[in-house]
Amino acid sequence: MAAQEVASQPSDTLTTLKTESETLKTKLEEERAKLHDVELHQVAEKIEALGQFVMKTRRTLKGHGNKVLCMDWCKDKRRIVSSSQDGKVIVWDAFTTNKEHAVTMPCTWVMACAYAPSGCAVACGGLDNKCSVYPLSLDKNENLAAKKKSVAMHTNYLSACCFTNSDMQILTSSGDGTCALWDVESGQMLQSFHGHAADVLCLDLAPSETGNTFVSGGCDKKACVWDMRTGQCIQSFETHESDINSVRYYPSGDAFASGSDDATCRLYDLRADREVAIYSKESIIFGTSSVDFSLSGRLLFGGYNDYTINVWDVLKGTRVSILFGHENRVSTLRVSPDGTAFCSGSWDHTLRIWA
Amino acid sequence: MLLWCNCFMIFVDLYFIFLLCFCSYMVSKMSSKMVGSNNLAHARRMVQQLRVEASIERIKVSKASADLMRYCGENAKYDPLLTGIPASENPFKDKKPCIIL
Repeated sequence: MAAQEVASQPSDTLTTLKTESETLKTKLEEERAKLHDVELHQVAEKIEALGQFVMKTRRTLKGHGNKVLCMDWCKDKRRIVSSSQDGKVIVWDAFTTNKEHAVTMPCTWVMACAYAPSGCAVACGGLDNKCSVYPLSLDKNENLAAKKKSVAMHTNYLSACCFTNSDMQILTSSGDGTCALWDVESGQMLQSFHGHAADVLCLDLAPSETGNTFVSGGCDKKACVWDMRTGQCIQSFETHESDINSVRYYPSGDAFASGSDDATCRLYDLRADREVAIYSKESIIFGTSSVDFSLSGRLLFGGYNDYTINVWDVLKGTRVSILFGHENRVSTLRVSPDGTAFCSGSWDHTLRIWA
Repeated sequence: MLLWCNCFMIFVDLYFIFLLCFCSYMVSKMSSKMVGSNNLAHARRMVQQLRVEASIERIKVSKASADLMRYCGENAKYDPLLTGIPASENPFKDKKPCIIL
């Protein structure tokens, strides 16, 4: 009965809903503002400033024939998987710079790649709209492409993928505006996450102590935190002025950082439910493509489209260092699992390990 | 005989064109109705989502900042990129060359 009533007066109900939505948005802003008693950098004034940092390129991984788009570290802190525009996915030994495996994907622009927690498989995908898992074998001569398993199917490009705590489940985000959780063995979708109004460009899983949530960022300038079990969006943050290219959780899981095309990185605290810091400078006008925290969360590394990497003091909000070396835009950046180094991949076809 | 076949084919083509027009007309009528109710469903979802977000528990920024600072302080000593570990322990840093006396 209610459905019939609604159908007969659609415009009235739409207006009522719109008004209620505006009221709720204002209420949300008021609630958030009430708790905004101080700024993070003010609280951090009493801590010692960080000294000079000397970080240099320690290894350069050459071998990709085109722009490097994504990379991930293995849990053994030494292997790296990287993917590029020419469709190649390469597994490197970062200590020796040797290539251990190479796979040619059937599509170009492999925008996402991830290492499985066990170190025995890699997942990748891009313009083929799928996420495929390749088990890595010790036999160098074996054709990896033969054992490929297609896991995820989206209706637009795959922008990011990430294994959950086991090799059995993969989380993906796509240009079709959704994220999804898949079972690797059966290829079945376990949960889907709808809420972004445009392409979802990045995602990050919460550190294991804090439970089943993940954060995603998209072209709609929104960062959303999701509950993996229910598919519900728990919190959303919309303060960026352009596409969010990268999101990364703070090591404690209570906050996350985002990097955007508006040339800023921002820190959002989940318990305070608001943005608590902006990392920007007037001299930085190019977008941030990727961000990651150091092990303690004190440093935030940002890879930028002006070919540099900026290192920020997370608490004080100041820039600590700027690293030069890449000859084209930095597209991806990850700190190693034990925090001894970080790796950056760039459109100049190389990856660099900094320490 | 050939003339008859041609006429028949033309008749069949016209029939299919008519069918196509009719179907697309029906689909466009249905989809405009669906868009109407889609907007409604979308608005309902937005209001529901905002209700959920407005009702969560929040803490003060001062407390949140203090917690972030405490985490940094506790873990600073374990952070190699922050404190700088000696070259001998970092597999990426080059060891000093040995001098053979």
